[in-house]
Amino acid sequence: MSSIPHDHAAGHGVDHEHAHHPGGITRWITTTNHKDIGTLYLWFSFIMFLVGGVMALAIRAELFQPGLQLVEPEFFNQLNTVHGLVMIFGAIMPAAVGFANWQVPLMIGAPDMAFARMNNWSFWLLPFAAVLLLSSFIVPGGAASAGWTLYPPLSVQTGMGMDLTIFAVHIMGASSIMGSINIITTILNMRAPGMTMMKMPLFVWTWLITAYLLIAVMPVLAGAVTMLLTDRHFGTSFFNAAGGGDPVLFQHIFWFFGHPEVYIMILPSFGIVSTIIPAFARKPLFGYASMVYATGSIAILSFLVWAHHMFTVGMPAAGQVFFMYVTMLIAVPTAVKVFNWVATMWKGSMTFETPMLFAIGFIFMFTVGGFTGLVLSLVPVDIVLHDTYYVVAHFHYVLVAGSLFAFFGGIYYWLPKWSGRMYDEALGKWHFWMTFVFFNITFFPMHFLGLAGMPRRVPDYATQFTDWNEVASIGAFGFGLSQLIFLYAVLKAIRSGPPAPARPWEGSDTLEWTLPSPLPYHTFETPPRVS
Amino acid sequence: MKRKGAMAKGTMTSAHPLPKTMAGTAALVVALVPALAQAAKEYNLQAPVTPIATQIFDLHVYIMWICVVIFVGVFSVMFYSIFAHRKSKGHQAAQFHENTLVEVVWTVIPFLILVFMAVPATRTILAMKDTAVPDLTVKITGSQWKWSYDYLDHGFGYYSNLKTPVAQIEEGEPKGEHYLLEVDEPMVVPAGKKIRLLITSSDVIHAWFLPAAGVQQDAIPGFVRDDWMKFDKTGTFRGQCAKICGKEHGYMPIVVEVKSADDYAKWLAEHKKAAAAAADDPNKTWDVKELIARGEKVYAANCASCHQPTGKGVAGAFPALDGSKIVTGPKDDQIKTVLNGVVRNGQPTAMVAWKSTLSDIDIAAVITYTRNSWSNHSGEAIQPAEVKADRS
Repeated sequence: MSSIPHDHAAGHGVDHEHAHHPGGITRWITTTNHKDIGTLYLWFSFIMFLVGGVMALAIRAELFQPGLQLVEPEFFNQLNTVHGLVMIFGAIMPAAVGFANWQVPLMIGAPDMAFARMNNWSFWLLPFAAVLLLSSFIVPGGAASAGWTLYPPLSVQTGMGMDLTIFAVHIMGASSIMGSINIITTILNMRAPGMTMMKMPLFVWTWLITAYLLIAVMPVLAGAVTMLLTDRHFGTSFFNAAGGGDPVLFQHIFWFFGHPEVYIMILPSFGIVSTIIPAFARKPLFGYASMVYATGSIAILSFLVWAHHMFTVGMPAAGQVFFMYVTMLIAVPTAVKVFNWVATMWKGSMTFETPMLFAIGFIFMFTVGGFTGLVLSLVPVDIVLHDTYYVVAHFHYVLVAGSLFAFFGGIYYWLPKWSGRMYDEALGKWHFWMTFVFFNITFFPMHFLGLAGMPRRVPDYATQFTDWNEVASIGAFGFGLSQLIFLYAVLKAIRSGPPAPARPWEGSDTLEWTLPSPLPYHTFETPPRVS
Repeated sequence: MKRKGAMAKGTMTSAHPLPKTMAGTAALVVALVPALAQAAKEYNLQAPVTPIATQIFDLHVYIMWICVVIFVGVFSVMFYSIFAHRKSKGHQAAQFHENTLVEVVWTVIPFLILVFMAVPATRTILAMKDTAVPDLTVKITGSQWKWSYDYLDHGFGYYSNLKTPVAQIEEGEPKGEHYLLEVDEPMVVPAGKKIRLLITSSDVIHAWFLPAAGVQQDAIPGFVRDDWMKFDKTGTFRGQCAKICGKEHGYMPIVVEVKSADDYAKWLAEHKKAAAAAADDPNKTWDVKELIARGEKVYAANCASCHQPTGKGVAGAFPALDGSKIVTGPKDDQIKTVLNGVVRNGQPTAMVAWKSTLSDIDIAAVITYTRNSWSNHSGEAIQPAEVKADRS
């Protein structure tokens, strides 16, 4: 906490002090400013999004036709595995933390994050973790190839790329835990006078709950991969039946992390959408309190459903029934959220700038993913859809059309505030529509592939799956290229966008809009008073 | 598709005690099913061939229609709002932001709908788990990368290998009708009998997945799980390994041939006879040519996927046998390596132990083949007796 009075004093009342932070690369390496760190997180996640995206395109290119054309099966499995890890740990999670860094202090009227130096460290761990993870491609045996879920015994078989992956996961986990401690401490201790818990913007609430989830489950993942490491190298048999262990134990531990992880990736997006919808409907968020309770319920239930990822391991009927019921129960708070968003739009005075388009796209497609999740929660149906492309379609609807769409919306929404410049609305709309259309061309046919019985993680497939795979591959390349529009739109806005007013969105009412655009380097040195 | 209407009605009966509005929704769902069933054929689960798969198929259709109805309902409201409540039309924003009654109602209704879904799903789960009193038990073992079927009641078993030629996979040769879903020897079962499956694995986790039968069960090394199926009709049904299990994961097909009771009895008799005839005389001395010819087949079925048909392996992952120190070195070392696999730090590697998978003669043949192929020319013939001596 010692850094806060210090930072506070450095900027306090001395305007010219703002220019005294180091310039060039040193600024970014040594920065403890939440805005700089937020920017670093967001650019890092975008770069990882492109890296993971290129892997996805290689996968889709191979799957364009049956037969093996471009990559060997072994390398295909590596691409599949690292694509998943990069997108989850490199793109989605850091992007969410980037939003938290920018927005949490601004929305609660705090001058910075509670632990400013730890904030710097939690970011700078990530590039090293990413290098470890990606360098596994060039070690003997190649990268991890057991799928991002790293199930043993397969993950025990593979080469040292797996060890690099395990260390990368450790480091990324440490980064997430530090980031979460920082966010929780900031929210609980540094709210402006008058900002009671139930007055916090919903984005802050969703991140508070997400941070608790992270602290609860990242150590569990670290434990699971450490057990894998000792099984690989130190003769333990946690997951080796021949030594008295159980391969399925890993799955239980992994998914005890893995299911809350799903909500870690989606809750901040719920928060962003809950911020954007009222702003463009010019109407307060419907059911604020029930949104908070729904988010809390989802978080608690997320610890009780893990085994629905494992319905085919052969658990007893009682286990299947329990996990099915609890999983189905999650549909209730999720439905409440969707109803609340629609009710917020109802009788509003709506405009449809790019952030709103992404928010509506989010609600629409997240609901598709929600329904397929409900279908998958039913054990008998899951038995014929488990590990098929139906599952691939399902989680891309919630993670791409869900989390990612909300992040795009959030960038367009806050970029004018952060950079002081407006983005080009036409480019933003092009980006939205191209992304929306190509996303559906890519992932909707995967439902049909899964229903027809095409397993996931195969480099080659029977000929009856050809048509939909071709469609999906074409869609994937369209989707990938559409993201270049986003990059161009953002760069163009930052470099030459027209100056943004302090409050470019008529309906926005959170604290950051009371500040000038672009934001000064230090904000809320004197806390605002919230009535 | 007639069966589907009937089953959906069954679901309706169960729904009877629940509120009328829900029953109305379900009735609408049932009414729509037959009309669209035909259109939905290519966009739905595979046609079911067992009672369980039929229940799953109907459950899925039922759930999908409930989802469609809710989806259309919710998004009609949203799109109407998008259309009507826009600033460009001069719509003024109302300022309401809560309504306890509405919020309670739309929490309770989804809950009730879930109860409707859970009841038939639970019934099917209990049916799926009932593996008692089978007519026939088959043990299914997954191994990298093939399935084997052991007919425990009849004392024989065999491996089922991918039959698709490499040229179709890698060289763009025209693909056959059952590309990747064809095997040299399918699993054969009788129609109308309850078949209990004991599923396990000898190396990593695989999953035995036959969509049309509504069966998917992970094959877990060190554990045996059970499942069951009972086919309504004869025919050939295809699936494949569903759990990633290494590089040939996509090349591990499952083919089940369901025969009539008579045909099955004939197959069983032939198979038992063939199995007895194939049992080799353990004391026979084989010459190099015989061994190489047999070893080539054993190699293609078991070794080539890693060590490659060229014997060059895959750099960094699977060692070359061509010029290998073990293959060109003392024969006992190679026999022991093949028998016991390679264990590093107490963990099995991709080079698994073959002692329980391959017979003495197969191991002798494949070792003779590798010692006399590519640039290896030892000229030695390894005899089954030597393999037998190295076991233990």
